[in-house]
Amino acid sequence: MTKAIRSLGALGISLALTLPALAETAPTETPDIVIDGGAVTLPTFADAPAHLEGALGDKIYSGWVFRDAETRAMQEDDFANPSMAFVDQGIEAWNTVDGTEGKSCASCHNEIESMKGVRAVMPKVNAAGELWSMENYINDCRTNRMGAEAWKWSSQPMENMTLAISLQSRGMPVDVAIDGPAKPFWEKGKEIYYTRYGQLELSCANCHQQNYGQMIRADHLSQGQTNGFPVFRINGAGTVSLHERFSGCIRDTRAEPFEQGSQEFRDLELYVASRGNGLPVEGASVRH
Amino acid sequence: MRFWAAAIVRFIAASVIAGAVIWGAAQAEVAPADVAWGEGNVIAESLSGTPGNAGEGAKIYAEKSLGNCVACHVVSNSDADFQGNVGPSLDGAGSRWTEEQLRAIVADAKHVFPDSVMPSFYKTSGYVRPGEGFTGKPAQEPLKPLLNAQQIEDVVAYLATQKE
Ligand code: HEC
Ligand code: HEC
Repeated sequence: MTKAIRSLGALGISLALTLPALAETAPTETPDIVIDGGAVTLPTFADAPAHLEGALGDKIYSGWVFRDAETRAMQEDDFANPSMAFVDQGIEAWNTVDGTEGKSCASCHNEIESMKGVRAVMPKVNAAGELWSMENYINDCRTNRMGAEAWKWSSQPMENMTLAISLQSRGMPVDVAIDGPAKPFWEKGKEIYYTRYGQLELSCANCHQQNYGQMIRADHLSQGQTNGFPVFRINGAGTVSLHERFSGCIRDTRAEPFEQGSQEFRDLELYVASRGNGLPVEGASVRH
Repeated sequence: MRFWAAAIVRFIAASVIAGAVIWGAAQAEVAPADVAWGEGNVIAESLSGTPGNAGEGAKIYAEKSLGNCVACHVVSNSDADFQGNVGPSLDGAGSRWTEEQLRAIVADAKHVFPDSVMPSFYKTSGYVRPGEGFTGKPAQEPLKPLLNAQQIEDVVAYLATQKE
C-alpha cells in the first residue's frame, strides 16, 4: 500500500489520467451443485478462512460457479459426469491384487468407503515429518506393503485411484492443517503462491486473487480453488491432477514449472488447499 | 596517479558510450538494456528509428503469439474476439497518453505502474524460472524480448490512433 502511494507521487500528472484498474469481481449468483436431483447437494461458497486476512474478500468460491451452464450441468448428473468412468476404474484397482505380496488395497483397508475424510485433509504431514500428498500415501502402500510398482504422479492409474478416494469425501469441508508441523511447508507454499514466475512475471495471486471473476482472453478466472480435484477437463478430454494444473498455470507464464510431486508443488498444494478450507470436496468435478 | 588514470579511463568510456547513443539514435535500434527513460516515465526516442505502422500494430495487438494485448484489454473498434478485462479498456488511449508515454507503458509497464500485472514487453532478464516460450523448458537469460523494437513502435502507432 505504502509502495503504491509513493509511486503515485512519482508519477505525478500522468497518473491522474489513468482509469482505475479493474479488480476482482465476486460472482453474482452462487447456486448449489445439485447432483442427481438432490441426492447430493454441494454449496459453492464458504466464509473465507481467517488466515487469508481478507485477501479474497469475505467469501471463497468453487471454480464451478465460474464455468458455463453446460459444464455445470455435467457435474450435476453422475451419469453425464465423465469422471465417474475413471472412478469406477479406480474402485476396480482398489479391489485388485497387485505386486509380490498378493495384496490389494482392500486387503488392508476393506471397502473404499473407509477412505471417507481422507481427501479433505490432504496434503498432510506424515509420521516421519514429511508433507505428503495422497499420491505419496498411495505409492507408499504400493511399494512398501504390496510389493507393487509406484505409479507415476499424473498417470491414469494414479488419477483413477485419487478420484475414487476423493469421491468418498464428497461434501465434506476441506480442512487441511496449517499449524504445528505443517507450518513451515505452508509458509513455503505461500511464498511460491505470491512469486511472479516466468517472462510474463505473473503469480498465482495476480490471476486468482487480484483478478478472479475477470476474463483473461476467453477464460473466466476463478479463485483457483483445489476442492474439485482431480477434475475431468472437457478441453483436454481427460482427467487432470492438481499438480498437472499447477504445472500448466506456471508454464503459461512462460516459466519452467516445478516437477509434479516435487516438494515445491506439495507445499503449494497445502497452501492453496488451505485457501479453500471450508469449501466442500467435490471429488470428481468437471471443468472446461 | 592511479586515481587520475582511472578517472581518465572512466571519462573516455563515458564519452564513447554517450557518443554511441547519440550517433546510433538515428539509425540503429535501442537494445532493451539501453532504453533511455525520460522525466515523468516516458521513452522519448523511437526504439527502432523507423516510424511505427498502425496496421501492423493492430495485428500484433490482437495476435496471441505476439502482443496478445486482447487477453487483458478491450478496444471497442477492434474485431478481435474474446477481449479480456484484466486491464482497463484502451478506448481513447491515444487521447489519454502521449506517444512517449505509450512507448513507456508498452515497453515496460512495471516502470510506469509499479506491481502491474501487465507484462514488460521490452525486457530480457531478471525473471524467476524463465521458460522457453510456453514449452515449460528452462531458458537462459538474456531472453528475446516479448516484442522487438519495431513491433513496439507499431503497437504504439496503433494505440495512438485510438482517439476519444
Ligand atoms: C495467467 C493467469 C494464471 C496464472 C498466473 C495462474 N493461473 Fe491458475 N488458472 C488460470 C486459468 C485461466 C484457469 C482456468 C479457469 C479458472 O478456473 O480460473 C486456471 C485454473 C486453475 C485451477 C483450477 C480451478 C478449478 O476449479 O478447476 C487451479 C487450482 C489453479 N488455476 C491454480 C493456480 C496456481 C496455484 C497458480 C500459481 C502457481 C496459478 N493457478 C497461476 C490462469 C492462471
Ligand atoms: C496480463 C494482463 C495485461 C496484458 C497482457 C497487457 N496489459 Fe496493458 N494493462 C494491464 C493493466 C492491469 C493495466 C492498468 C495499469 C495497472 O496495472 O494499474 C494496463 C494498462 C495499459 C495501458 C494504460 C491504460 C490507460 O489508458 O490507463 C496501456 C496503453 C496498455 N496497458 C497497453 C497494452 C498493450 C499495447 C499490450 C500488449 C502489447 C498490453 N497492454 C498487454 C494489463 C495487461
